[in-house]
Amino acid sequence: MELLVAIMVGVLVAASVHLMLARNVLRFIFGLVLISNAANLIIFASGRLTPESPPLIAEGETTPALDAANALPQALVLTAIVIGFGLFAFALTLVYRAYQNLGTLNSDEMRVAEPQAQKPSTAGQVAEKQYIARDADA
Amino acid sequence: MADTGAEVPRLAGGPAGWVSILIPAALFAWFAQFLGPVAAGEVLLIGFDWVPSLDIRLEMMVDGLSLTFALLITGIGTLVTLYSTSYLGAHPEYPRFVLYLMAFMVGMLGLVLSDNLIALFVFWEVTTISSYLLIGFTSDSAKSRRSALQALLVTGTGGLALLAGMILLGQAAGTFSLSEILTMGDAIRGHAHYDAILVLFLAGAFTKSAQFPFHFWLPNAMAAPTPVSAYLHSATMVKGGVYLMARMTPTLGGTEPWFWALIIAGGFTTVFASVLSIRQTDIKQVLAYTTLMALGALTLFIGVGTSAAIKAAMVFLVVHSFYKAALFLMIGIVDHEAGTREVGDLRGLALKMPVTFFAGALAAISMAGIPPFFGFIGKEFLYDAGLEAETARIWITGTIFAASVLMFVAAGIAVARPFLGKLPERFKDTHEGPWTMWMGPFLLGALSLFFGIYPDIPEVWMVGPATDAVYGSDVDVDLYLFHGINAAFILSMITFAVGLVLYLAHQRLRDGLARIIAANPIKFDPGWDRTLDGLRAIAEWQTRHLQSGILTRYIFITFATFAVAMAVTLWWQDVLNFRLDVANELEGLLFKHWAVLLFITAGAILAALTRSRMTAIAALGVVGIGVALIFIMFSAPDVAITQLLVETLVVVLVAVAMLKLPHLHVRTAEPHRPHHALLAVAVGTVTTLVMVAVLQGNLDLRLTEYFNETAYYEAYGSNIVNVILVDFRALDTFGEIAVVVIAALSAYALLRGTRYGTIREDGEALRDTVDDAVLPDPAARSADGEGRA
Repeated sequence: MELLVAIMVGVLVAASVHLMLARNVLRFIFGLVLISNAANLIIFASGRLTPESPPLIAEGETTPALDAANALPQALVLTAIVIGFGLFAFALTLVYRAYQNLGTLNSDEMRVAEPQAQKPSTAGQVAEKQYIARDADA
Repeated sequence: MADTGAEVPRLAGGPAGWVSILIPAALFAWFAQFLGPVAAGEVLLIGFDWVPSLDIRLEMMVDGLSLTFALLITGIGTLVTLYSTSYLGAHPEYPRFVLYLMAFMVGMLGLVLSDNLIALFVFWEVTTISSYLLIGFTSDSAKSRRSALQALLVTGTGGLALLAGMILLGQAAGTFSLSEILTMGDAIRGHAHYDAILVLFLAGAFTKSAQFPFHFWLPNAMAAPTPVSAYLHSATMVKGGVYLMARMTPTLGGTEPWFWALIIAGGFTTVFASVLSIRQTDIKQVLAYTTLMALGALTLFIGVGTSAAIKAAMVFLVVHSFYKAALFLMIGIVDHEAGTREVGDLRGLALKMPVTFFAGALAAISMAGIPPFFGFIGKEFLYDAGLEAETARIWITGTIFAASVLMFVAAGIAVARPFLGKLPERFKDTHEGPWTMWMGPFLLGALSLFFGIYPDIPEVWMVGPATDAVYGSDVDVDLYLFHGINAAFILSMITFAVGLVLYLAHQRLRDGLARIIAANPIKFDPGWDRTLDGLRAIAEWQTRHLQSGILTRYIFITFATFAVAMAVTLWWQDVLNFRLDVANELEGLLFKHWAVLLFITAGAILAALTRSRMTAIAALGVVGIGVALIFIMFSAPDVAITQLLVETLVVVLVAVAMLKLPHLHVRTAEPHRPHHALLAVAVGTVTTLVMVAVLQGNLDLRLTEYFNETAYYEAYGSNIVNVILVDFRALDTFGEIAVVVIAALSAYALLRGTRYGTIREDGEALRDTVDDAVLPDPAARSADGEGRA
């Protein structure tokens, strides 16, 4: 099963890399979600996969069953999931906000910080100018 | 030697001037006390532990070589600082100058006295940095700054090479103590890293001592105030490399590569520099090139390495320090009083500046190698050693002959030209410099004569012990002025004859040289500028390509680097050398396993390829739920619960955001991206391979076992995952909560901002239309909500 999970994680990573390389920042966010999942699976599987034996101590016992699953990667993954979610929520807000201000989801057109001589699109240009003008007003 | 003239109440330069004179004078006196023991053959070690944990001891090794250098540094240092009080005492930045000069002196003394290689390197760099500050002292001049930077970069680069060489040497020898390394020469020469050590050491020494092809910084460094030139380029800075080569002779010397590297570099520098010195019209530049020549000769003779050659090198080292410092100081006085150093302008100053002329003449006669001066002895020894050399005799002797002839000419240019002849009108009011200035050159010139008449004195106290230290065993040093009519003597006579002829013709010679040099396409100084420009261009090119400002390119580079680094590591570590047990892998695989694997895979591919937002969200949901199912099937119920909650929230948040965001295909239609697809597949493959490699390895279960055994007894919990999170790794969990809170606060701040104005897709500005409630603060609401029991 581990080998198959490894192959599947490879597909997940490939898909997320392809998404993260897209110009559309929303796609990038999708890639971020996928790659978090892939990373969590890698941590989880590297502690080996143990079917149907959670790391719990039975009533009246003091240690878990001998064949219990590895608890350490589970704890790590749990933390990773939550942090991954925090990152995702923030990134999504950022994308939303960027769209509100710049009127585009195309990362190539988001050039307020690093302006280029030739702008790829006039719409982006207009948005940018307005954004800068508004900043100057404020 | 250290006459500070205490009877003179006022000294230009004030307290800083006094301090600057007294420190080297006191040090000179302190070092002088070691003359007796060292002359008797003792090697003194004085020191204390500096960094005991790294086995670095700050220890002074006082033997013949280092003591000779120390006395030259402090003795000439005293005269130079005395001189500076008049030359620079009125300068508003004079105290700064004194500080730099003292720092330099400390660095130089440390360099020649350190017994520890690392300490030696530190002091080596102290001299590099302080010489940078000294050469660039007139920092309002662009030329001065450029020269300083050039000296810093050339010698600093060499210094880095030297550091690498020292570390290799220290590892080869098993110690960083010079006094110990000096005794294990055979082991080092036979070591596998000998060639690398040699190349790195020579890179350091050649850059510091301005050997060809690193010579170009030294004449430029003449932009420094004259006392600095006199100090740095007679006895100290540039002799640092010579010291290193001399010091390393017992350890690294005596091999073929050592011999040829030093012979060729030294010989070439000698001839090249002495020819160029005739070409100069600025007398300071003439002297700068003869300094190059002297450094070349010293390198050459250290390379020859016979006892006669080492002896000759040590004599010449002392001879050169005396007359070169004197001549630099002399031309400084002329410059100070007459306002120019141009050989074409200066004439007949002898009557106006008699003492300076006298001092300069003494030094110049020594430089020209005329008996009975010390310089004559130095030249005779060079000839003797050259004629005795077993290999490359013609090359060595010829080099020295050419150099001696041209030194004769240069000495004439430096002293006879400015002082003799008819005094031009413009110098009518020129007068003698103050005693503080002529004292240095006068003493040094007088010593050049005194040592020539009584050669026993330098022989017993300096040259003899220094030669022993470099050669590694006792050498019979017997300095004498006249040793019969032999080959060296005849060569000397020919030298004078040819030198005189060339001096008389030197103006024509100079014009001819100027034409030849102008026609020569290889120029080092412009080459240096081009090198720097090239470096700058590379930096610009690299910045333009790496920092393009295009997000997708950054991500591409990041992932490509990751893939390459991982692939190379996998290949390097040879971890892909395993056999897959496919039958075992497939055994016990149930329908549910297959179903989950296929669902996740399909979901991922679909999310990557779809052009529809809704499909993408659904595909993401499939992947997330699939992952949660894997957690459930493989005994991780807590993780699965968290994953389900988070996944639900992700889909909800994305769906809410979609209400406000355009469709995926709107104006951001992705072009066909084959190279992105290729990179994606590569990263995926590498990830799979790394994972397989990890799974093949042994699993270290010590931590898990520790948690299993202690969870109940120490944390009173029966859910081990929870115990780890809230007890054993509570601080980590606290950090995690902090991260989520910060994300929530940041998201909140971002969403608040939307109130104050937004821009629609067509670029038209809207005000106050976006209601915060549309996109509820996502993280804040969920941060604590998804709890994990």
